[in-house]
Amino acid sequence: MQIWALILILICLAAYGHVIGRRRAISFAAAKPALLHSLPFYHGAYLALWVVIPSLLAIALWLVAQGPIIESLIISGLNTDTQALSADRLSLVLNDIVNVASGDIPSREPTPEIAAAAQKFSELKKLSNLGMVVISLGLGIACLWWAKGKISAEFRARNQVERIFTIIMILASTIAILTTIGIVLSLLFEAWRFFLRIPLDDFLFGLQWSPQTAIRADQVGASGSFGAIPIFAGTLLITVIAMCVAVPLGLMSAIYMSEYASNRLRGVIKPLLEILAGVPTVVYGFFAALTVAPFFRGMGETVGLDVSSESALAAGVVMGIMIIPFVSSLSDDVMNAVPQTLRDGSFALGATKSETIRQVVLPAALPGVVGAVLLAVSRAIGETMIVVMAAGLAANLTANPFEAVTTVTVQIVTLLVGDQEFDSSKTLAAFALGLVLFFITLSLNVFALRIVRKYREKYD
Amino acid sequence: MADGERFNMEAAEAKVLVRDVNVFYGEKQALFDIDLDIGRNQVTSLIGPSGCGKSTFLRCMNRMNDVIDGCRVEGSIKVDGDEVLDAGIDPVQLRRRVGMVFQKPNPFPKSIYDNVAYGPRIHGLVSSQDDLDELVQTSLERAALWEEVKDRLHQPGTGLSGGQQQRLCIARAVAVRPDVILMDEPCSALDPIATARVEELIEELKKAYSIVIVTHSMQQAARVSQRTAFFHLGVLVEVGVTEQIFTAPRDERTQGYITGRFG
Repeated sequence: MQIWALILILICLAAYGHVIGRRRAISFAAAKPALLHSLPFYHGAYLALWVVIPSLLAIALWLVAQGPIIESLIISGLNTDTQALSADRLSLVLNDIVNVASGDIPSREPTPEIAAAAQKFSELKKLSNLGMVVISLGLGIACLWWAKGKISAEFRARNQVERIFTIIMILASTIAILTTIGIVLSLLFEAWRFFLRIPLDDFLFGLQWSPQTAIRADQVGASGSFGAIPIFAGTLLITVIAMCVAVPLGLMSAIYMSEYASNRLRGVIKPLLEILAGVPTVVYGFFAALTVAPFFRGMGETVGLDVSSESALAAGVVMGIMIIPFVSSLSDDVMNAVPQTLRDGSFALGATKSETIRQVVLPAALPGVVGAVLLAVSRAIGETMIVVMAAGLAANLTANPFEAVTTVTVQIVTLLVGDQEFDSSKTLAAFALGLVLFFITLSLNVFALRIVRKYREKYD
Repeated sequence: MADGERFNMEAAEAKVLVRDVNVFYGEKQALFDIDLDIGRNQVTSLIGPSGCGKSTFLRCMNRMNDVIDGCRVEGSIKVDGDEVLDAGIDPVQLRRRVGMVFQKPNPFPKSIYDNVAYGPRIHGLVSSQDDLDELVQTSLERAALWEEVKDRLHQPGTGLSGGQQQRLCIARAVAVRPDVILMDEPCSALDPIATARVEELIEELKKAYSIVIVTHSMQQAARVSQRTAFFHLGVLVEVGVTEQIFTAPRDERTQGYITGRFG
């Protein structure tokens, strides 16, 4: 039986449980309505949950356990010399058996041994499936019967149901946390393998980034040095340029929108600005590479500066424009949330509009503004496409915005794009970069939270 | 108002002269032909049911209605002989002379010291840090708050209790040395003990300032004010010595309001 059919049956059973739970509660209520502790709905929900949760758990457990159990049963049925094969070869044999059983094409002509094992595999699979159906449905019905017996006028069904939903919500939030932990662990694991080959201090403090490692011994230009300083410097440079564009422009448009513009004008400007955030980054990349970069180069030529056609400046400026809405929209919301009574208080003391904004509104909105700026920073650090297209791939260690630089995310992409072996230093370096990037953004967030908390203590 | 003159006092002791003031919010008229004098070094209380225009009237005197879109004020308001409603008058200059305390305490998100120093700083009232320190201290003393906060001047004003916050706002208003202080239901968010302290403070402040207070509490009007004006539906119904308003009102609407028949 297909798993979805089984789940459908379980849902029907749960619906049935809900109905009889209600009925039973109502029958008690009809006798002594005032004595019913919970609404009939909760009695129904209680039964439905008792049907669904244990059987779903049983199905999940069964699905996890059946693979290894069937596998070990098949292996124990094989010839002793097949069993003596190395783990890799054995998994190949098992693969063949599964393929034969499911009618796919195996890697070679099945031997009688494999054919027999495949036959056995299909039988075991069928048996397991049947067992799962019987067990889960049986469990569902048993629980239904048992829980039905518990229903009485005094039974606290609401409290039980609410507790179950609390647990479900806790599980939901735990999944997000566990995923994060999983990501960190996988990063850590791969980065660890990288640091076994390249010393940590070479990576963190090396000034040379050239990740091409030699495939053949006689290859040239494949020195394979992994000093991450140039690419972190490139990231920093581009982020700083982007923030130099985004923070003043975004903040000033936010101030205009929240303090000066009429409601109608604000209703037009704000969505228009937010369109900027909706433009795909590839389009920004085109814009940076084809319009802004040549423009800067031309400007540089007229004033006698040597601007490369792929410059940090072009990428940074376009990125800054891209993140303006992050700064402006959030800051505008925060400033709008500053109570009007504070502005009135300031006006009543004879303060002008600009004095009020600078000395009352902005300080009160500061935690939110800092949050908006840091969100924009993390967006800038994580941005890849614009930099790939407009700033180049060359890992120059420079503070000159007119030269080509590269960023961490761009390097991760170039390290992993294409056919790569996943155990070379080159590909593993991507995980190390990712790990460091993760720690940078993490510390940025912690730092931001501390700033926000500090000012909140001061200003709320 | 045809017989408006009888509401007025001798011009010599009037601080603010209000004549024929009409206020419109868009098409809707909120105040009709208000004539009222505010006495020097007196407390004048404005009473009346909600929505009768007391607060609107109060906000005319320091042009706080300018902030509201679609609000139009006509007529004449003179503070010490200077026309307030004249388009040429800078509301910023006016508000230095006519301070205001709001219904809900609204300390700025700054330290207690900076809250009081805010006005003097933006108006450049003091030239040295010592003068500023002194001004902050005298303002806080005037607001009867100094003893409670002198050891924590640099902690946030928002950390004070509601009553202390309101006295901080009064100190803030006093610090720019205004001539008139407008109070818009200053005690409505306070408990009885804090209210009593603010009322004592008003009693003290009237020696130096002319005070106009909007209140919903008739006991408060009776306790703190020398003159009381009763507003109803945008019209100034009656104004007079507080004792007379509460003991022998001339108008039956006033009679009805103070005896609790409506409002």
